[in-house]
Amino acid sequence: MYEEARETDPKKYIAGAAGDWELVVGLEVHAQISSKSKLFSGASAEYGGEPNDHVSIVDAAMPGMLPVINEFCVRQAVKTGLGLKAQINLRSVFDRKNYFYPDLPQGYQISQFKDPIVGPGTVLLDMKDGARVEIGIERLHMEQDAGKSIHDQHPSKTYVDLNRSGVALMEIVSLPDIRSSEEARAYVTKLRSILRYLGTCDGNMEEGSMRADVNVSVRRPGDPFGTRCEIKNVNSIRYVGQAIEYEARRQIDILEEGGSIDQETRLFDPKSGKTRAMRSKEEAHDYRYFPDPDLLPLEFTREWVDEIAAELPELPDEKRARLMSDYGLSAYDAGVLVADQASSAYFEKVATGRNAKLAVNWVMGDLSASANEKNVGLDQVGISPDQLGGLIDLIEDKTISGKIAKDVFEILLAEGGDPRTIVEDKGLKQVTDTGAIEAAVDEVIAANPDKVAEVREKPRMAGWFVGQVMKATGGKANPKAVNDILKAKLGL
Amino acid sequence: MSFDSATVQKIARLARIAISDDEAEKLQGELSAILGWVEMLNEVDVEGVAPMTSVTPMTLKKRRDEVTDGGYAEKVTANAPESDEHFFVVPKVVE
Repeated sequence: MYEEARETDPKKYIAGAAGDWELVVGLEVHAQISSKSKLFSGASAEYGGEPNDHVSIVDAAMPGMLPVINEFCVRQAVKTGLGLKAQINLRSVFDRKNYFYPDLPQGYQISQFKDPIVGPGTVLLDMKDGARVEIGIERLHMEQDAGKSIHDQHPSKTYVDLNRSGVALMEIVSLPDIRSSEEARAYVTKLRSILRYLGTCDGNMEEGSMRADVNVSVRRPGDPFGTRCEIKNVNSIRYVGQAIEYEARRQIDILEEGGSIDQETRLFDPKSGKTRAMRSKEEAHDYRYFPDPDLLPLEFTREWVDEIAAELPELPDEKRARLMSDYGLSAYDAGVLVADQASSAYFEKVATGRNAKLAVNWVMGDLSASANEKNVGLDQVGISPDQLGGLIDLIEDKTISGKIAKDVFEILLAEGGDPRTIVEDKGLKQVTDTGAIEAAVDEVIAANPDKVAEVREKPRMAGWFVGQVMKATGGKANPKAVNDILKAKLGL
Repeated sequence: MSFDSATVQKIARLARIAISDDEAEKLQGELSAILGWVEMLNEVDVEGVAPMTSVTPMTLKKRRDEVTDGGYAEKVTANAPESDEHFFVVPKVVE
């Protein structure tokens, strides 16, 4: 029996015409296991390929063929379970899930029903407002993917390609712990990042390596769960959010008009941003599961699991904690960096052996801004960690000021090159020669007698003089030196 | 236990087999007899006995993750009632 693990922040309630509503969401994520060959056959599991080229006689379900399990896929599922801090079941069972569809040649999908390979676990979410939300994982089980139906090749025919048929999937089922579309997006993002760290799924949603079935219901705060609708096969994180927003509003409107929700399977249409009921749903859920007589129970030892556990890489949550303690990153910044392995690796290359605070400011500031502008990862902006690190070195050894550094950054972005050479070639070196700065200060003071009188009344005016001196020196004067000399000369 | 005719029709529909009312009536008797016969197993006390999954003492055979099969789309689609460019072709089933 599911016990609700959390209370919803009333700020997250959805306002209805008469009182607030609470959203309840649970997700089933289908993640393709990264492997060379399929779950039960030796055909290639690679994406794409010529029609029916990655298909063996087993995948085409020719009579008399027997499935033989891919040991590496089992290992990948166990590894994923460990990454989700979940219970690993040393004995699990494959069942047949029976239904008819042209892209399912067996007439059943080999899946795991009663005894999945992985039991309860958790995923931690770091929300923008600093909140940490724990989402329960109910189970993870292994199953076969179906083939692909193509409907636009012919006016009255459907074309079927079985290349995907039999590819190994993990279905990862969350508890109904999610309370907003924002949390649902954060959950899929975090899950994808964990899978990518583990190397058990490439998380490429455009190629269908990860897809989500989204269960949505609404209720009055404090009430028992409402009737849910399942939105099938949502294939982007953004669409997950949109589908939930639309579906919640649809259900609230029905309930507020005195209607009731039919438990049904729906589809999300990205073009209209709406969900609609699937046709022919009457028998959709009569799957008549039974243990697959072709497959013995899947069993392995605790020692084997421990071996896999010992090889686990550093995962996002651990890396986040380490970045926070080693480099003084804020919880949010650390969360953003670890979501993408390349980004956190980039940051660590820049930060290692340097002033961490400067590294954080530049990576999370200018570099992130450029990355967002170009809609690419930090490592794709066009400035290498060595270049950015070199720039930071120049700030640290006071060769250039922070302000000039921004100009050098722009040059690096536009033209590339070595920061030190750029600074030397363009004569951007900070002027620390007090004689030169004194001369500039004297000039500004001499040219502005009225301002000099003013600043003696209002010392806050000193900033204007700093600005003028910086301008006169092309921004190259050391700001601290300018300040000190100005104060002395103006008698402040 | 016995089947009513609606249950027989439902089972037939799930199996995608069209049956007439006459056939349903005949099957009603046959299926009820089969079920009754299998139900005799309930007389055996299996309290505390693990379900038998294999008649020989063996474990699940496993395969290494290597591509050893496929690459013969011609053969795969050879028996298809209709095919085109190595696709299987079926009546339109789009939702």
